[in-house]
Amino acid sequence: MDLFLGFLGLGMIGFGGVLPLAHRLVVEKKHWLNEAEFTDLLGLCQFLPGGNILNLAVAIGMKFHGPRGAMASLFAIIAAPSAVVIALGSIYTRFNGPHLQHMFAGLAAAAAGLLISTALKIAVPIRRKPIAILIACLFFVAIAVLRLPLLPTMAVLIPLSMAVTWRAAR
Amino acid sequence: MTPVLVSLAIIFTQLSLLAFGGGNTILPEMQRQVVEVHQWMSAQEFSAMFALAQAAPGPNMMVVTLVGWHVAGWPGVLVTTLAKFGPSSIVTGLALHAWERFKDKPWRVKVQAALVPMTVGLVAASAALITMATAHEWMLAVITAVVAIAGFRLRIHPLWLLAAGALVGLTGIGQG
Repeated sequence: MDLFLGFLGLGMIGFGGVLPLAHRLVVEKKHWLNEAEFTDLLGLCQFLPGGNILNLAVAIGMKFHGPRGAMASLFAIIAAPSAVVIALGSIYTRFNGPHLQHMFAGLAAAAAGLLISTALKIAVPIRRKPIAILIACLFFVAIAVLRLPLLPTMAVLIPLSMAVTWRAAR
Repeated sequence: MTPVLVSLAIIFTQLSLLAFGGGNTILPEMQRQVVEVHQWMSAQEFSAMFALAQAAPGPNMMVVTLVGWHVAGWPGVLVTTLAKFGPSSIVTGLALHAWERFKDKPWRVKVQAALVPMTVGLVAASAALITMATAHEWMLAVITAVVAIAGFRLRIHPLWLLAAGALVGLTGIGQG
Protein backbone atom coordinates (compact mmCIF):
# COMPACT_ATOMS: atom_id res chain seq x y z
CA MET A 1 0.00 0.00 0.00
CA ASP A 2 2.84 2.35 0.85
CA LEU A 3 4.44 1.51 -2.51
CA PHE A 4 1.14 2.16 -4.29
CA LEU A 5 0.60 5.56 -2.66
CA GLY A 6 4.20 6.60 -3.15
CA PHE A 7 4.19 5.89 -6.87
CA LEU A 8 0.65 7.28 -7.27
CA GLY A 9 2.01 10.58 -5.94
CA LEU A 10 5.02 10.39 -8.23
CA GLY A 11 2.73 9.87 -11.23
CA MET A 12 0.74 12.97 -10.37
CA ILE A 13 3.55 15.44 -9.72
CA GLY A 14 6.22 14.21 -12.08
CA PHE A 15 6.12 16.81 -14.85
CA GLY A 16 8.84 16.57 -17.49
CA GLY A 17 11.76 15.08 -15.62
CA VAL A 18 10.61 12.49 -13.10
CA LEU A 19 14.05 11.16 -12.23
CA PRO A 20 15.10 13.73 -9.58
CA LEU A 21 11.66 13.39 -7.96
CA ALA A 22 11.91 9.60 -7.99
CA HIS A 23 15.29 9.85 -6.27
CA ARG A 24 13.85 12.10 -3.55
CA LEU A 25 10.89 9.77 -2.96
CA VAL A 26 12.74 6.44 -3.03
CA VAL A 27 16.00 7.38 -1.28
CA GLU A 28 15.44 10.48 0.83
CA LYS A 29 11.82 10.25 1.98
CA LYS A 30 10.85 6.56 2.04
CA HIS A 31 14.30 4.96 2.44
CA TRP A 32 13.22 2.07 0.20
CA LEU A 33 16.76 2.01 -1.21
CA ASN A 34 20.06 3.60 -0.19
CA GLU A 35 22.09 5.76 -2.58
CA ALA A 36 24.21 2.89 -3.95
CA GLU A 37 21.20 0.57 -4.41
CA PHE A 38 19.35 3.32 -6.27
CA THR A 39 22.23 3.94 -8.68
CA ASP A 40 22.63 0.21 -9.18
CA LEU A 41 18.94 -0.40 -9.89
CA LEU A 42 18.76 2.61 -12.19
CA GLY A 43 21.63 1.08 -14.17
CA LEU A 44 19.52 -2.03 -14.73
CA CYS A 45 16.48 0.03 -15.72
CA GLN A 46 18.52 1.98 -18.28
CA PHE A 47 19.94 -1.24 -19.69
CA LEU A 48 16.55 -2.90 -20.25
CA PRO A 49 13.86 -1.79 -22.72
CA GLY A 50 11.11 0.50 -21.39
CA GLY A 51 10.98 3.83 -19.60
CA ASN A 52 13.54 4.17 -16.79
CA ILE A 53 11.08 5.33 -14.16
CA LEU A 54 8.47 2.70 -15.02
CA ASN A 55 11.11 0.00 -14.84
CA LEU A 56 12.34 1.44 -11.54
CA ALA A 57 8.81 1.32 -10.09
CA VAL A 58 8.45 -2.31 -11.23
CA ALA A 59 11.88 -3.26 -9.82
CA ILE A 60 11.21 -1.67 -6.41
CA GLY A 61 7.73 -3.21 -6.21
CA MET A 62 9.19 -6.61 -7.15
CA LYS A 63 11.98 -6.29 -4.59
CA PHE A 64 9.58 -5.75 -1.69
CA HIS A 65 6.40 -7.63 -2.61
CA GLY A 66 7.14 -9.79 -5.65
CA PRO A 67 4.93 -9.72 -8.77
CA ARG A 68 1.98 -8.22 -6.88
CA GLY A 69 4.11 -5.34 -5.63
CA ALA A 70 5.45 -4.80 -9.16
CA MET A 71 1.92 -4.63 -10.60
CA ALA A 72 0.71 -2.28 -7.85
CA SER A 73 3.64 0.10 -8.44
CA LEU A 74 3.24 0.05 -12.22
CA PHE A 75 -0.50 0.65 -12.04
CA ALA A 76 -0.03 3.45 -9.51
CA ILE A 77 2.52 5.33 -11.60
CA ILE A 78 0.49 5.27 -14.83
CA ALA A 79 -3.03 5.74 -13.36
CA ALA A 80 -3.09 9.52 -12.88
CA PRO A 81 -1.18 10.42 -16.08
CA SER A 82 -3.52 8.17 -18.12
CA ALA A 83 -6.57 9.96 -16.73
CA VAL A 84 -5.01 13.38 -17.44
CA VAL A 85 -4.04 12.61 -21.05
CA ILE A 86 -7.46 11.19 -21.83
CA ALA A 87 -9.08 14.32 -20.35
CA LEU A 88 -6.78 16.52 -22.47
CA GLY A 89 -7.50 14.34 -25.50
CA SER A 90 -11.26 14.73 -25.15
CA ILE A 91 -10.90 18.51 -24.78
CA TYR A 92 -8.80 18.53 -27.94
CA THR A 93 -11.28 16.51 -30.02
CA ARG A 94 -14.53 17.97 -28.61
CA PHE A 95 -13.85 21.71 -28.65
CA ASN A 96 -12.51 22.36 -32.09
CA GLY A 97 -12.51 26.18 -32.17
CA PRO A 98 -9.74 28.20 -33.88
CA HIS A 99 -8.30 29.49 -30.57
CA LEU A 100 -7.89 26.01 -29.17
CA GLN A 101 -6.43 24.81 -32.48
CA HIS A 102 -3.85 27.62 -32.34
CA MET A 103 -3.03 26.90 -28.70
CA PHE A 104 -2.53 23.19 -29.30
CA ALA A 105 -0.42 23.97 -32.38
CA GLY A 106 1.82 26.14 -30.17
CA LEU A 107 1.98 23.40 -27.55
CA ALA A 108 2.91 20.82 -30.19
CA ALA A 109 5.63 23.11 -31.60
CA ALA A 110 7.08 23.53 -28.09
CA ALA A 111 6.96 19.76 -27.49
CA ALA A 112 8.88 19.26 -30.75
CA GLY A 113 11.45 21.81 -29.55
CA LEU A 114 11.86 19.95 -26.24
CA LEU A 115 12.47 16.73 -28.14
CA ILE A 116 15.21 18.46 -30.16
CA SER A 117 16.82 19.72 -26.93
CA THR A 118 16.71 16.16 -25.50
CA ALA A 119 18.40 14.83 -28.63
CA LEU A 120 21.11 17.53 -28.32
CA LYS A 121 21.69 16.76 -24.62
CA ILE A 122 22.15 13.03 -25.11
CA ALA A 123 24.40 13.69 -28.12
CA VAL A 124 26.89 15.69 -26.01
CA PRO A 125 28.78 12.65 -24.60
CA ILE A 126 29.48 11.26 -28.09
CA ARG A 127 30.39 14.55 -29.81
CA ARG A 128 34.10 13.71 -30.01
CA LYS A 129 33.63 10.06 -31.01
CA PRO A 130 33.46 9.91 -34.82
CA ILE A 131 32.46 6.23 -34.91
CA ALA A 132 29.60 6.75 -32.46
CA ILE A 133 28.45 9.78 -34.47
CA LEU A 134 28.52 7.69 -37.65
CA ILE A 135 26.37 4.95 -36.02
CA ALA A 136 23.92 7.57 -34.71
CA CYS A 137 23.69 9.03 -38.26
CA LEU A 138 23.03 5.57 -39.75
CA PHE A 139 20.13 5.06 -37.32
CA PHE A 140 18.82 8.55 -38.10
CA VAL A 141 18.90 8.02 -41.87
CA ALA A 142 17.34 4.53 -41.66
CA ILE A 143 14.48 5.63 -39.40
CA ALA A 144 13.79 9.30 -40.22
CA VAL A 145 14.77 9.48 -43.92
CA LEU A 146 14.24 5.98 -45.32
CA ARG A 147 11.42 5.23 -42.83
CA LEU A 148 12.57 1.63 -42.42
CA PRO A 149 10.90 -0.57 -39.77
CA LEU A 150 12.67 -0.49 -36.38
CA LEU A 151 13.14 -4.24 -35.78
CA PRO A 152 15.20 -5.08 -38.91
CA THR A 153 17.10 -1.79 -38.55
CA MET A 154 18.14 -2.78 -35.02
CA ALA A 155 18.92 -6.34 -36.10
CA VAL A 156 21.46 -5.01 -38.61
CA LEU A 157 22.82 -1.89 -36.92
CA ILE A 158 23.19 -3.04 -33.27
CA PRO A 159 25.67 -5.84 -34.12
CA LEU A 160 27.48 -3.38 -36.41
CA SER A 161 27.60 -0.82 -33.60
CA MET A 162 29.00 -3.41 -31.19
CA ALA A 163 31.61 -4.60 -33.65
CA VAL A 164 32.96 -1.14 -34.46
CA THR A 165 32.81 0.33 -30.93
CA TRP A 166 34.67 -2.69 -29.51
CA ARG A 167 37.25 -2.57 -32.25
CA ALA A 168 37.75 1.16 -31.64
CA ALA A 169 38.06 0.59 -27.87
CA ARG A 170 40.85 -1.93 -28.31
CA MET B 1 -10.96 -9.05 -29.58
CA THR B 2 -11.57 -7.16 -32.79
CA PRO B 3 -8.87 -7.12 -35.52
CA VAL B 4 -8.01 -3.50 -34.60
CA LEU B 5 -7.37 -4.44 -30.96
CA VAL B 6 -5.25 -7.39 -32.06
CA SER B 7 -3.18 -5.08 -34.28
CA LEU B 8 -2.76 -2.61 -31.41
CA ALA B 9 -1.66 -5.43 -29.10
CA ILE B 10 0.94 -6.71 -31.57
CA ILE B 11 2.33 -3.25 -32.40
CA PHE B 12 2.71 -2.10 -28.80
CA THR B 13 4.11 -5.40 -27.52
CA GLN B 14 6.85 -5.13 -30.12
CA LEU B 15 7.47 -1.46 -29.25
CA SER B 16 7.60 -2.35 -25.55
CA LEU B 17 10.42 -4.82 -26.08
CA LEU B 18 12.37 -2.58 -28.50
CA ALA B 19 12.31 0.53 -26.29
CA PHE B 20 16.01 0.45 -25.38
CA GLY B 21 17.00 3.92 -24.22
CA GLY B 22 13.48 4.87 -23.15
CA GLY B 23 10.23 5.81 -24.84
CA ASN B 24 11.45 8.55 -27.19
CA THR B 25 13.44 6.03 -29.24
CA ILE B 26 10.32 4.19 -30.43
CA LEU B 27 8.27 7.25 -31.48
CA PRO B 28 9.27 6.96 -35.18
CA GLU B 29 8.23 3.30 -35.33
CA MET B 30 4.99 4.08 -33.50
CA GLN B 31 4.28 6.89 -35.98
CA ARG B 32 5.14 4.65 -38.94
CA GLN B 33 2.74 1.97 -37.70
CA VAL B 34 -0.26 4.12 -36.78
CA VAL B 35 0.10 6.74 -39.57
CA GLU B 36 1.64 4.96 -42.57
CA VAL B 37 0.88 1.25 -42.15
CA HIS B 38 -2.58 1.37 -40.53
CA GLN B 39 -3.59 4.97 -41.38
CA TRP B 40 -5.47 5.41 -38.12
CA MET B 41 -4.54 9.13 -38.07
CA SER B 42 -2.50 11.80 -39.87
CA ALA B 43 1.12 12.60 -38.96
CA GLN B 44 -0.14 15.95 -37.67
CA GLU B 45 -2.68 14.30 -35.37
CA PHE B 46 0.03 11.99 -34.07
CA SER B 47 2.25 14.98 -33.24
CA ALA B 48 -0.66 16.70 -31.50
CA MET B 49 -1.17 13.61 -29.33
CA PHE B 50 2.51 13.49 -28.53
CA ALA B 51 2.31 17.14 -27.44
CA LEU B 52 -0.74 16.52 -25.24
CA ALA B 53 1.04 13.61 -23.58
CA GLN B 54 4.10 15.80 -22.94
CA ALA B 55 1.89 18.37 -21.21
CA ALA B 56 0.54 15.71 -18.83
CA PRO B 57 2.41 14.70 -15.66
CA GLY B 58 4.20 11.40 -15.09
CA PRO B 59 6.33 9.18 -17.30
CA ASN B 60 6.71 10.44 -20.86
CA MET B 61 5.11 7.61 -22.80
CA MET B 62 1.49 8.51 -22.20
CA VAL B 63 1.09 9.10 -25.95
CA VAL B 64 0.52 5.33 -26.02
CA THR B 65 -2.68 5.72 -24.01
CA LEU B 66 -3.93 8.49 -26.32
CA VAL B 67 -3.27 6.47 -29.45
CA GLY B 68 -5.23 3.53 -28.02
CA TRP B 69 -8.08 5.83 -27.04
CA HIS B 70 -8.19 7.53 -30.46
CA VAL B 71 -8.13 4.24 -32.38
CA ALA B 72 -10.46 2.06 -30.29
CA GLY B 73 -11.87 3.95 -27.27
CA TRP B 74 -11.59 2.47 -23.77
CA PRO B 75 -10.81 -1.09 -24.96
CA GLY B 76 -8.00 0.52 -26.99
CA VAL B 77 -6.64 2.25 -23.88
CA LEU B 78 -6.62 -1.03 -21.99
CA VAL B 79 -4.98 -3.02 -24.79
CA THR B 80 -2.26 -0.47 -25.65
CA THR B 81 -1.44 0.18 -21.98
CA LEU B 82 -1.08 -3.53 -21.20
CA ALA B 83 0.84 -4.23 -24.40
CA LYS B 84 3.20 -1.27 -23.99
CA PHE B 85 3.97 -1.51 -20.27
CA GLY B 86 3.44 -5.24 -19.60
CA PRO B 87 6.22 -6.97 -21.58
CA SER B 88 9.02 -4.54 -20.60
CA SER B 89 7.91 -4.78 -16.96
CA ILE B 90 7.99 -8.58 -17.05
CA VAL B 91 11.52 -8.41 -18.47
CA THR B 92 12.52 -6.03 -15.67
CA GLY B 93 11.00 -8.30 -13.02
CA LEU B 94 12.79 -11.34 -14.42
CA ALA B 95 16.11 -9.54 -14.89
CA LEU B 96 16.16 -8.28 -11.31
CA HIS B 97 17.82 -11.41 -9.93
CA ALA B 98 20.12 -12.01 -12.87
CA TRP B 99 21.34 -8.39 -12.68
CA GLU B 100 23.39 -9.10 -9.54
CA ARG B 101 25.35 -11.66 -11.53
CA PHE B 102 25.89 -9.78 -14.79
CA LYS B 103 26.07 -6.09 -13.83
CA ASP B 104 29.86 -6.11 -13.33
CA LYS B 105 30.65 -8.31 -16.34
CA PRO B 106 32.69 -6.53 -19.03
CA TRP B 107 30.20 -7.49 -21.78
CA ARG B 108 27.39 -5.67 -19.96
CA VAL B 109 29.34 -2.40 -20.00
CA LYS B 110 30.29 -2.93 -23.66
CA VAL B 111 26.73 -3.69 -24.79
CA GLN B 112 25.44 -0.62 -22.97
CA ALA B 113 28.13 1.58 -24.52
CA ALA B 114 27.26 0.28 -27.99
CA LEU B 115 23.58 1.19 -27.44
CA VAL B 116 24.31 4.88 -26.73
CA PRO B 117 24.80 5.95 -30.38
CA MET B 118 21.58 4.11 -31.28
CA THR B 119 19.64 6.06 -28.64
CA VAL B 120 21.08 9.34 -29.94
CA GLY B 121 20.16 8.50 -33.55
CA LEU B 122 16.65 7.34 -32.67
CA VAL B 123 15.81 10.32 -30.45
CA ALA B 124 17.13 12.64 -33.19
CA ALA B 125 14.88 10.80 -35.67
CA SER B 126 11.90 11.28 -33.32
CA ALA B 127 12.69 14.99 -33.04
CA ALA B 128 12.96 15.37 -36.83
CA LEU B 129 9.70 13.53 -37.60
CA ILE B 130 7.67 15.29 -34.89
CA THR B 131 9.07 18.68 -35.97
CA MET B 132 8.26 18.06 -39.65
CA ALA B 133 4.66 17.17 -38.79
CA THR B 134 4.26 20.18 -36.48
CA ALA B 135 6.17 23.25 -37.64
CA HIS B 136 4.25 23.96 -40.84
CA GLU B 137 3.67 27.68 -40.13
CA TRP B 138 6.49 30.17 -39.59
CA MET B 139 5.53 31.04 -36.01
CA LEU B 140 5.38 27.37 -35.06
CA ALA B 141 8.86 26.88 -36.49
CA VAL B 142 10.04 29.85 -34.39
CA ILE B 143 8.49 28.33 -31.22
CA THR B 144 10.17 24.98 -31.93
CA ALA B 145 13.57 26.62 -32.51
CA VAL B 146 13.41 28.86 -29.43
CA VAL B 147 12.25 26.01 -27.16
CA ALA B 148 14.97 23.71 -28.56
CA ILE B 149 17.71 26.25 -27.77
CA ALA B 150 16.24 27.26 -24.39
CA GLY B 151 15.77 23.63 -23.36
CA PHE B 152 19.34 22.79 -24.32
CA ARG B 153 21.11 25.88 -22.97
CA LEU B 154 19.09 27.01 -19.95
CA ARG B 155 17.88 25.23 -16.85
CA ILE B 156 14.18 25.98 -17.34
CA HIS B 157 11.53 23.47 -16.30
CA PRO B 158 10.07 21.84 -19.47
CA LEU B 159 6.54 22.66 -18.33
CA TRP B 160 7.26 26.43 -18.53
CA LEU B 161 8.49 26.01 -22.10
CA LEU B 162 5.36 24.05 -23.06
CA ALA B 163 3.15 26.69 -21.43
CA ALA B 164 5.00 29.50 -23.22
CA GLY B 165 4.58 27.68 -26.55
CA ALA B 166 0.84 27.20 -25.93
CA LEU B 167 0.43 30.91 -24.99
CA VAL B 168 2.27 32.18 -28.07
CA GLY B 169 0.22 29.73 -30.14
CA LEU B 170 -3.04 31.00 -28.60
CA THR B 171 -2.40 34.50 -30.03
CA GLY B 172 -2.67 32.96 -33.49
CA ILE B 173 0.11 35.24 -34.76
CA GLY B 174 1.96 33.74 -37.70
CA GLN B 175 -0.43 30.80 -38.12
CA GLY B 176 -2.18 31.06 -41.53
